[in-house]
Amino acid sequence: MTTPVRSEAPAHTGSTTTRLLGVAVIVGLVALVLLGFFGAPADDEQADAVRLIFVHVPSAFLTYAAFTVTAVGSVMWLWKRSLWWDLVAHGSAEIGVVFCSLTLFTGSVWGRPTWNTYWDWGDVRLVTTLILLLLMVGYLAVRSMGGDDSAVATRSAIVALIAAVNLPIVNRSVEWWFDRTLHQKSSLTDGNLEDLTLFTMLLGVVVWSLFYVWAMIHRFRVGWLERELRFGDLDVAIAQRRAEARASSDGGGR
Amino acid sequence: MTHLGYLLVGWGVSLGALGLYALRVMQRGRRAAGRVPPERRRWLAAEETS
Repeated sequence: MTTPVRSEAPAHTGSTTTRLLGVAVIVGLVALVLLGFFGAPADDEQADAVRLIFVHVPSAFLTYAAFTVTAVGSVMWLWKRSLWWDLVAHGSAEIGVVFCSLTLFTGSVWGRPTWNTYWDWGDVRLVTTLILLLLMVGYLAVRSMGGDDSAVATRSAIVALIAAVNLPIVNRSVEWWFDRTLHQKSSLTDGNLEDLTLFTMLLGVVVWSLFYVWAMIHRFRVGWLERELRFGDLDVAIAQRRAEARASSDGGGR
Repeated sequence: MTHLGYLLVGWGVSLGALGLYALRVMQRGRRAAGRVPPERRRWLAAEETS
């Protein structure tokens, strides 16, 4: 009869799955760079500046995806008090902040040659995306404030849900305030992209998504380990305190 | 190729930021995993049969 035994756990957060994902991301990135710079044609209006959408649009897509996962994780924490979902929400928020920052940065770099400006405070989509980023940075700040784990998870979940209200506003802003934005409507639904341009943009979304999954697995394990460390440190502190109390009561009894 | 400077900055910062984030997460994982006893690395330990 065979009995399951736990092998020596590795001193890192990698696994076969993450290694396969990592290889897929690297191969995908090479293909994306080649297609993005040399395969896809230049645009009639934007010329080669259009090649920035191959990193800008995937970053925006993953911003929505990551913050949606954070919102779902936050709801599940508030509903079920599930630690698993809380770690998912936290990890996804951190990765989402990276993607949201990249969305704003690449959008600005794209805007200069296309709209002749890096930023326009009157553009509703730009401003609502900035507000989304600030809210999620606030989420991470709440998480890093320390204190009781459960209370921190609850507070940050509420911040995440407030931020989530902004997600559909950011997404629909170009439709709702079409006269107050420099953005065109959705690149996908417009149907005016060349075949290879569309394919390269979708490849970017796939590669960014694979990176997100890779990063989520690692980040989840990091979150788990750091929580174990906090509780391990707490156990040591309690044991030390008990030992001190015993020593002082022994000394007082003499 | 037109707008090469914008393209290099946009792509360079994007790939650089993702690469740096990936390295940082792996580094945090190694540091934390090294300090947690193996029996408590619940999500890292592989199940085997003997």
